[in-house]
Amino acid sequence: MKKIINDPSTVVTESLRGLAAAHGDILKVRTEPAVVYRADAPASGKVAIVSGGGSGHEPMHGGFVGLGMLDAACPGAVFTSPTPDQVQAAIEHVNGGAGVLLVVKNYTGDVLNFETAAEFAAAEGLDVRTVVIDDDVAVKDSLYTAGRRGVGGTALLEKIVGGAAEGGYSLDECEALARRVIGSVRSMGVALTACTVPHIGEPSFVLEDDEIEIGIGIHGEPGRRRVPHQPAEQLVQTLLEPILDDLPFSSGDRVLLFTNSMGGTPLVELYLAHGIAERLLADRGITVERRLVGPYVTSLEMQGMSLTVLKVDDEMLRWWDAPVRTAALRWGA
Amino acid sequence: MSCDAAGVVAALRSAAEVVEAHRDELVTLDREIGDGDHGENLKRGFTAVLSKLDNAGDTPGAVLKVVASTLISTVGGAAGPLYGTAFLRAAAKLGTEPELTASSVVDALAAALEGVVARGKAEVGDKTMVDALTPAVAAARDAAGSSVAEVLRAAADAAGKGAEDTVPLVARKGRASYLGERSAGHMDPGARSTALLLRAFADAAS
Repeated sequence: MKKIINDPSTVVTESLRGLAAAHGDILKVRTEPAVVYRADAPASGKVAIVSGGGSGHEPMHGGFVGLGMLDAACPGAVFTSPTPDQVQAAIEHVNGGAGVLLVVKNYTGDVLNFETAAEFAAAEGLDVRTVVIDDDVAVKDSLYTAGRRGVGGTALLEKIVGGAAEGGYSLDECEALARRVIGSVRSMGVALTACTVPHIGEPSFVLEDDEIEIGIGIHGEPGRRRVPHQPAEQLVQTLLEPILDDLPFSSGDRVLLFTNSMGGTPLVELYLAHGIAERLLADRGITVERRLVGPYVTSLEMQGMSLTVLKVDDEMLRWWDAPVRTAALRWGA
Repeated sequence: MSCDAAGVVAALRSAAEVVEAHRDELVTLDREIGDGDHGENLKRGFTAVLSKLDNAGDTPGAVLKVVASTLISTVGGAAGPLYGTAFLRAAAKLGTEPELTASSVVDALAAALEGVVARGKAEVGDKTMVDALTPAVAAARDAAGSSVAEVLRAAADAAGKGAEDTVPLVARKGRASYLGERSAGHMDPGARSTALLLRAFADAAS
């Protein structure tokens, strides 16, 4: 394992210190327990949006903290959900009196830890709501699984609901908008290589040179099927078709297309794939209204990508376009 | 071992040693069907528990309550809230009684299982820690007429068997469920760690 680290056990803490040094005008970091929060928190009278999850997905979630997006993010150990005391600390720190919305990715650990924190907060009389995003079409949603995972769609959800909260939406309105976004977004990912968690020291699974893993999540867990590597044209179709068939998306729909790198795939390849996805959508009569291309929901140094398609309406577009000033996304502010 | 708070503290110290010794094994099991963090997370949690044991409390219940809150705030993942809930419910069941008895240990184990099921919503056969804890509680109940050591030994034996029995199962809860049929053929790491902890408690008690 070659990584730019000192000690596997201090990777997250040291990285947070660097994040704070790089973006001190936007965010602050506290440790014990670890929370990244808006430099101007609490924003009085505004609904606070709090998210979090395992580290190793940077810039998600710490890089999404700032005006027009998250009020706080709770970073867990690498690929491990944060603990309830982190979430409680975040809630207390950013609660501006208008309620708190927790944005949780659908993983058993994340849901259990946020649920525990929400129970404590509710017991103290705070108005805390939780939405769980589960946009990954690679996982069958049934009684027999933990349900679909929350993946790339999380970045879009946090931007849109964060914009709405900044724009004065009430907690009820934020929650309703979040649920609508969750109902309209679908994702699918592929890994070309595995990734190595620092304190494990070995890749999370092994892929031969000519193999790829379709339907991976974002925690280095294996996907649903392993297939021979394929040209980009075919690969983008492999990812896009189950997404489009699932919602389903159909001719005349307006969408936001998010082409995401899992961390190790360079932009030259990502734009290549994005171009194919745009063409395939146009062929189906689907209008791409907005785009996001880059490494935003990553899995350490994994090579691979995910596609996320969100069926948008004017309300979602309004809050997508609204000003945002975070480490990772910045426009209009 | 004694059955007072000091005895429980001693049992927890050996449990922490067992977790440390099996850290790599749990990581490997979890890497097969999960994301490979179970051994590391549990080790981090029990290392934190060790640092709190000196002043943990005067009763078995008080000690277990400290264990619960420490695990909840240090382990993360699904295991943190699940083990935390298990210890919390066991602590609540023991209340302020100064010494464990065979029947109070049975009740505490049953309460722990109820807590895990309530929080994680897993059933027997889902390939989770419930598959180790459920037979452990049943075996403990059958041994309730004997000693604390015998109750724990029966529970540990049954949990070990329960963990072994998760190997052919297809996971229906937790991260392993994403693998579908591919999760069969591997032991569930949560069931394994449950069996390890109960074995450590049983060994400390004998």
